[in-house]
Amino acid sequence: MLSDKDRIFTNLYGVHDWHLAGARARGAWDNTKAILDKGPDGIIDEMKKSGLRGRGGAGFPTGLKWSFMPKEVKDRPHYLIVNADESEPGTCKDRDILRHDPHLFIEGCLVAGFAMRANAGYIYVRGEFYNEAQNLITAVREAYEAGLLGKNACGSGWDFDLYVHRGAGAYICGEETALLESLEGKKGMPRLKPPFPAGSGLYGCPSTVNNVESIAVAPTILRRGATWFAGIGRPNNTGTKLFCISGHVNKPCNVEEEMGIPLRELIDRHAGGVRGGWANLLAVIPGGASVPLLPKSICDTVLMDFDSLRDQKSGLGTAAVIVMDKSTDIVKAIARLSYFYKHESCGQCTPCREGTGWMWRVMERMVTGNARIEEIDALEDVTKQVEGHTICALGDAAAWPIQGLIRHFRPEMERRIRARTEKLAAE
Amino acid sequence: MPKVTIDGVEIEVPAGITVLQACELAGVEIPRFCYHERLSIAGNCRMCLVEVKPGPPKPQASCALPVADKQEIFTQTPTVKKARNGVMEFLLINHPLDCPICDQGGECDLQDQAMGYGFDRSRFHENKRSVPDKELGPLVKTSMNRCIHCTRCIRFATEVAGVEELGATGRGESMEVTTYVEHALSTELSGNLVDLCPVGALTSKPYAFEARSWELSKTESVDVMDGLGSNIRIDTRGAQVMRVLPRLNDDVNEEWISDKTRHALDGLRHQRLDRPYVRRGGKLVEATWDQAFAAIEAKLKGLDGTKVAAIAGDQCDAESMLALKDLMTALGSPNIDCRQDGAKLDGPRGSYIFNPGVRGIDSADAILLIGTNPRWESPVLNARLRKRYLSGHCAIASVGPAVDHTYPVERLGAGPATLRDLADGKLGFFEKLKAAKHPLIVVGMGALVREDGAAVLALARDLAEKLNAVRADWNGFAVLHTTAARVAGLDLGLVPGEGGRDVEGILAGCEKREIELVYLLAADEIDTKRLGKAFVVYQGHHGDAGAHRADVVLPGAAYTEKPGTYVNTEGRVQLGQRAGYPPGDAREDWAILRALSERLGKTLPYDSLDQVRARLVAVNKSFAALDQQAAGTWGIFGKTGALTDAPFASPIANFYMTCPISRASKTMAECMASRAHLMAAE
Repeated sequence: MLSDKDRIFTNLYGVHDWHLAGARARGAWDNTKAILDKGPDGIIDEMKKSGLRGRGGAGFPTGLKWSFMPKEVKDRPHYLIVNADESEPGTCKDRDILRHDPHLFIEGCLVAGFAMRANAGYIYVRGEFYNEAQNLITAVREAYEAGLLGKNACGSGWDFDLYVHRGAGAYICGEETALLESLEGKKGMPRLKPPFPAGSGLYGCPSTVNNVESIAVAPTILRRGATWFAGIGRPNNTGTKLFCISGHVNKPCNVEEEMGIPLRELIDRHAGGVRGGWANLLAVIPGGASVPLLPKSICDTVLMDFDSLRDQKSGLGTAAVIVMDKSTDIVKAIARLSYFYKHESCGQCTPCREGTGWMWRVMERMVTGNARIEEIDALEDVTKQVEGHTICALGDAAAWPIQGLIRHFRPEMERRIRARTEKLAAE
Repeated sequence: MPKVTIDGVEIEVPAGITVLQACELAGVEIPRFCYHERLSIAGNCRMCLVEVKPGPPKPQASCALPVADKQEIFTQTPTVKKARNGVMEFLLINHPLDCPICDQGGECDLQDQAMGYGFDRSRFHENKRSVPDKELGPLVKTSMNRCIHCTRCIRFATEVAGVEELGATGRGESMEVTTYVEHALSTELSGNLVDLCPVGALTSKPYAFEARSWELSKTESVDVMDGLGSNIRIDTRGAQVMRVLPRLNDDVNEEWISDKTRHALDGLRHQRLDRPYVRRGGKLVEATWDQAFAAIEAKLKGLDGTKVAAIAGDQCDAESMLALKDLMTALGSPNIDCRQDGAKLDGPRGSYIFNPGVRGIDSADAILLIGTNPRWESPVLNARLRKRYLSGHCAIASVGPAVDHTYPVERLGAGPATLRDLADGKLGFFEKLKAAKHPLIVVGMGALVREDGAAVLALARDLAEKLNAVRADWNGFAVLHTTAARVAGLDLGLVPGEGGRDVEGILAGCEKREIELVYLLAADEIDTKRLGKAFVVYQGHHGDAGAHRADVVLPGAAYTEKPGTYVNTEGRVQLGQRAGYPPGDAREDWAILRALSERLGKTLPYDSLDQVRARLVAVNKSFAALDQQAAGTWGIFGKTGALTDAPFASPIANFYMTCPISRASKTMAECMASRAHLMAAE
């Protein structure tokens, strides 16, 4: 269990002052100049050593990502883009950073921007986060007024401007290239990769898109040292992580914990346990709506980090733990997620545009058992036809929950089909 | 050059191309719907997936993936096959099964690819999506249920046509291709959308349910609707031209044609002259060829050659113009002209062709348009100018009418005064032209069909000289013709001979009764009222202005009905082919002149098309080189003189009706009405 002294987000619950003064009292903006004095390469090295993996869901090593930016600014400016379009169902960690600890995050923007030789950063905030964006804007203004941002930020000699942009409420704009399109004023549709944003991103300039949490933890890592951060958690899955626990638990909450904490411990210790006791657990979606669910048998022992969950054919994703007890209609729950993906598909590429609607319609029939047994195989086949064939990962995200359901709850699906067939036969 | 391995075969390919293009070079076919080589890459249909090593362990869209050295590409693995089958299934689940009543049937990419990647039955048990059809004007019919969202039409409209009027609304499976606010597309290139659509979502409205592609005979030919000479394919059923499609020619029209080229064809069915007529008692009455020739012979008897004149029309083939010229020479008449509009062009070849060629536009780095609206005078060439603009680093300015070119053009002024200031280096744009490596000066007919046309031409020449735009490695002096016959006419010397009269002189002569017989070879664009009491012989294919005024009508063939040589604005000699026979008693035009010459006792020295063509080459050896383009000879031309204040105006006031064929076309009339409606709405 994470000890209090190792916590990065010391105002996660908003009980303290989120303004500049309060943030400073908790250690934010403490001698940021010293961090910047390490130089871009020094910062990136330190980040690499810390083993921090991106907190947006894919878990790509953050330091490595920063190092993809060109080493010199040539004819095109560099940009830091922060993805604050937190829309993954079940996830609410960035939101609490934005509204309760914005300064920690803004300091991270400066550090990251400096490390990638960017003089400007854009924060793309989810449209629905109105109050959060207001706090963030206020905090940015405070930082400007204190000389922490803008010309000669923190006395480092580096100019850094930070802009807050609010999205208009599309899940797809959380995909990094769709976010760039949206930021440029176009329809939020993912771009083809290559070229990757580090080569050609916002307005065709070298850009890096990072999650809010990845950016917000950077200053603390650099202040306390990579060794400290790497010492928490497990190898290749280091540091602390914000977990969002929701669903059928007694006390749903956000909590900062060590990577690799056992799922059961996480739920029992921080969320007051599963409603009706651990034995009443049916399944858990461990990383936000897009990762496959885990049945209780796996939940008993699984560790909450990238590699352990991958080994269970699921994923850490955004670490949004959605707990479902035995009262859950599991097929209906996944069908609802299918509807979400059908609704949020941008419509650009064929497998996702056509596949999400198809999968959702079949799932709706599976809820009532209005199908034939073979259709379960057909459905699984369709998910495989979508997975890996699309421009962005939304297709995969739509396919995985259904694959998880079929993998672990096929008997339940078959039972419903049989029950309905028998009922119809009896009538 | 990178070396890649495609399905185990190593091949060296040019750097910077995509995997899909590399596969094509290797002769490996990759199915695709959204990819089109002349449009930007969308990568959205996912049909072109291949496996690539090194790379992620999933199939990749080959259309968007750049080739890299030592890349291994696999196009036939089970993974690839499964991926393509999957995409095909997705495309078909919401695609209606209406191939039997779909006009795209037989030439549908989806239908063809479904043979290779489709399933013989459906696993999709839900309802198919229904999408409301859109109204895109008189040329493009929509059936949006069939749309597979490849976005080719959107990209074409935005990129090539330059009208940002098509887009997609909605998200996911609710995505719809639409014009946002429903209206006809305001582009002269909309017919190309039909060619681009890989399915039957966009089909040709005038051609709807007319024919099936497999019952048509296909003839490769050349268009005569404007001066570009777009390469076309004429599809006929029996004698009837059913449709006109573009042919690929990167040097001329790439693979686009204008709406007039494509859709004026119904004009070929109306108002046709299918037998000779002779005016008797003030009325044209049906006659035989013999009677018609007899009438001409009678009129010519004893008539001095100087009292005879001939005007060649804008869509004539070179063969008939040559025969006309030879006949006039034989009759002793120097009064001949091919410039109905009175353009002041008669200098060396370099003074009247588009010297750099259409391809030259691609390398131009500063462009000046003088007295032209290329969008109406040659929409396809205008698209080429737009393409040049889009590729960047090319300043474009105009002296002439204020029009929407579909790309930004700095308008320097309206008339000759501005041009003079520019030539004197008084305007800033002069420096841009001067600094350019390949300056391009496009002179339109709007600058030349005026009294001071020769002076304007001299001024343009002067400017070109000052800019050093005409040199050994580059000739940036470009005349943009609006008519298909003009360059051939000038090449053959259809201009007044020694002491001869030009069109204006001929008409004035008619009014003064100094000219007693005028031979109009499909010439309808003159003011026929001024023909006065002259005896008018009209040889042509449509009952248009010329035939109405004629005393003898000789029925000729339209461009689809005769093999003919045409020279486009670049000076490129191209052959048109016969796609069908002219109606009734109508005949090929050169043959009519040949027959008439015999009747008049001045037999022309050729009996076959080959012999006429040999004579073409004898008259001007440029006719020997087919499908080639080179800058013409340079020299002194134009006439320094007084300039007027009148602004340059494009000679084309109405794009849709410029010739007897398009004036007889109902489709063109509909387009005009639709465009007028659009403009009124604006």
